[in-house]
Amino acid sequence: MISALFFYLFASLCVASAFMVIASKNPVHAVLFLILAFVNASGLFILLGAEFLAMILVVVYVGAVAVLFLFVVMMLDVDFVELREGFLQYLPVGGLVGVIFLAELLLVLGAWVINPSMPQTITAPIPAADAISNTEALGLVLYTRYVYYFQAAGLVLLVAMIGAIVLTLRHKPQVKRQNISDQVARTKETAMEVVKVQPGQGLSQ
Amino acid sequence: MDVVDFNTLRPALPELLLAGGAMALLMLGAFRSSEGTATLVNWLAIALLLIAGAVILAMPPGTQTTFGGSFVVDGFARFLKLLALTGSATAIILSLDYNKVRKRQKFEYAVLILLSTTGMLMLISAADLIALYLGLELMSLSLYVLAAFDRDNARATEAGLKYFVLGALSSGMLLYGASLIYGFTGTVSFVGIAKAATAPSLGLIFGIVFLFAGFCFKISAVPFHMWTPDVYEGAPTPVTAFFASAPKVAAAAMFVRATMVSFPAITAQWQQIVVFVAIASMALGSFAAIGQTNIKRLMAYSSIGHMGFALVGLAAGSAEGVQGVLIYMAIYMSMTLGAFACILAMRQGDTFVENISDLSGLARTKPGMAFFLALLLFSLAGIPPLAGFFAKFYVFLAAIQSGLYALAVIGVLTSVVGAYYYLLIVKVMYFDEPSPGFERMPFALKAVLGVSGLFNLLFIVWPAPLINAASAAAKSLF
Repeated sequence: MISALFFYLFASLCVASAFMVIASKNPVHAVLFLILAFVNASGLFILLGAEFLAMILVVVYVGAVAVLFLFVVMMLDVDFVELREGFLQYLPVGGLVGVIFLAELLLVLGAWVINPSMPQTITAPIPAADAISNTEALGLVLYTRYVYYFQAAGLVLLVAMIGAIVLTLRHKPQVKRQNISDQVARTKETAMEVVKVQPGQGLSQ
Repeated sequence: MDVVDFNTLRPALPELLLAGGAMALLMLGAFRSSEGTATLVNWLAIALLLIAGAVILAMPPGTQTTFGGSFVVDGFARFLKLLALTGSATAIILSLDYNKVRKRQKFEYAVLILLSTTGMLMLISAADLIALYLGLELMSLSLYVLAAFDRDNARATEAGLKYFVLGALSSGMLLYGASLIYGFTGTVSFVGIAKAATAPSLGLIFGIVFLFAGFCFKISAVPFHMWTPDVYEGAPTPVTAFFASAPKVAAAAMFVRATMVSFPAITAQWQQIVVFVAIASMALGSFAAIGQTNIKRLMAYSSIGHMGFALVGLAAGSAEGVQGVLIYMAIYMSMTLGAFACILAMRQGDTFVENISDLSGLARTKPGMAFFLALLLFSLAGIPPLAGFFAKFYVFLAAIQSGLYALAVIGVLTSVVGAYYYLLIVKVMYFDEPSPGFERMPFALKAVLGVSGLFNLLFIVWPAPLINAASAAAKSLF
């Protein structure tokens, strides 16, 4: 009963805020509604017992992606009203493509038959939900059976980092940088100079 | 808990070496910021690639798997890994002079090539869909960055962006296909898919179509070839030479392994797709290249056409066909790298020119370079007795043995059309009025050109090593 109540609460809020994402004129409001939609969706995941997905949704999508969106929207001067001007013009063609795609997907889903040999090909039996939690199950295999994938994904991220640095980092000569070893090596002798000032003459240089 | 047995990592030793080496070189480049660092890193990277090749040569014969069956090293993998390593090492050699003249020396160049090569080796050894995807992304992501490496050049950044956006789209399609295949067979491992996919079902075929769309993008086969001419033209020339060699080999390897191992029972279903893609690529590669004036664009269309010819071998769906693909990729890589050594030697003063008309009268200004380039162009056109002829011979032979007569005939016809534009360059070099000559060809380029020219010329004398190796490699898949 109570879970049904929460389901309707989360689901209706999620749909409403998703609608507001595309309906609101102010891009900052749109991103804030997007965050609300994500939080509600993660609530739905918790109701399903998929607590790991819920955590990831909040941490990754709300914590990183949506905040990044917000940052970009606030930093860049993008005129969203102008962007939408061609919307009606492209609607028929875009709608047609969408409908065709939907029809094809329905075709595939309609032909969905569970392969009778599938149970034999599944590598490990799936334990009952109350025996082991999702997070624990993932943790058991992530660094053991799937360590190769995990490390490969790490390499992909390393390449992304190198790429970002190679393509964007510029060393400007005028910029003053903090050099910690210089700061630490500074002594009283190198940093201070005692000057005897004659009365009435001021400090030259 | 068991103690980790490091012997299980042994099949992946070349990959571990390359990945670890790339990170070490990254450190070296970051902390040693003097003038010669880029050159040092380049040579160390070449040494690392050679060591990885030696490790592969020293591996025991037979099939080894590790990482729970998601990583397989067999004769097929060893053959293609050696090819990919050769291609990458040559690509670094080709870049030495260009980057020095253009003052674009950065140590990250070699590091990215190393990481990309790691991805290629992982891709070649991938025995399930997840490993395949990760290897592919590691390879492609480095390639996107390399395409835009000349970051102050508008055309290079455009090439990088275009390649990235379209590559991301194709990865999406590939993943969608992979998820459908997983959904309809219940497993991601190729062997497991082969066990489950005994009869064609609609969902499975949908999955195969999307998977193939992703594959075709990576090997730049029609109808997913649009990015190729723009990216090849816009990217710095040594990067283009790299694009046309090693990644193509790795992508072809992934196409062949995923298809032959996963779907042997439903050959009739995927064969028609491969036949169509092969015919379309061969035709487009031949006809669209005719009007080109930029030699890098021409090489792009040429590579589209050659991928079509290689796919003829895959369409045959037999061990002979796979052998044909392997021989084709080896010879194609040698021809392409030699041709790019010539293109990189097209330097007037400090500017690199890339129009076909700049080559006019090369036979009189630089007879040696003209001779070798003509030799490679004849080989690319598939004229006997050069190696390019045998490459085509083996794929067409496999197609005929599998009863695909129409495909073989169309292949021969399009290769005749393709011969036109290769011969046109030969005509420009030998019979047109000389244009201002080029600078002295650096030794590194000369060496690459000489080796690839002699390989193509003398292949007929001693073809046995390559053909036997390819045959043994192909048999390991069946």
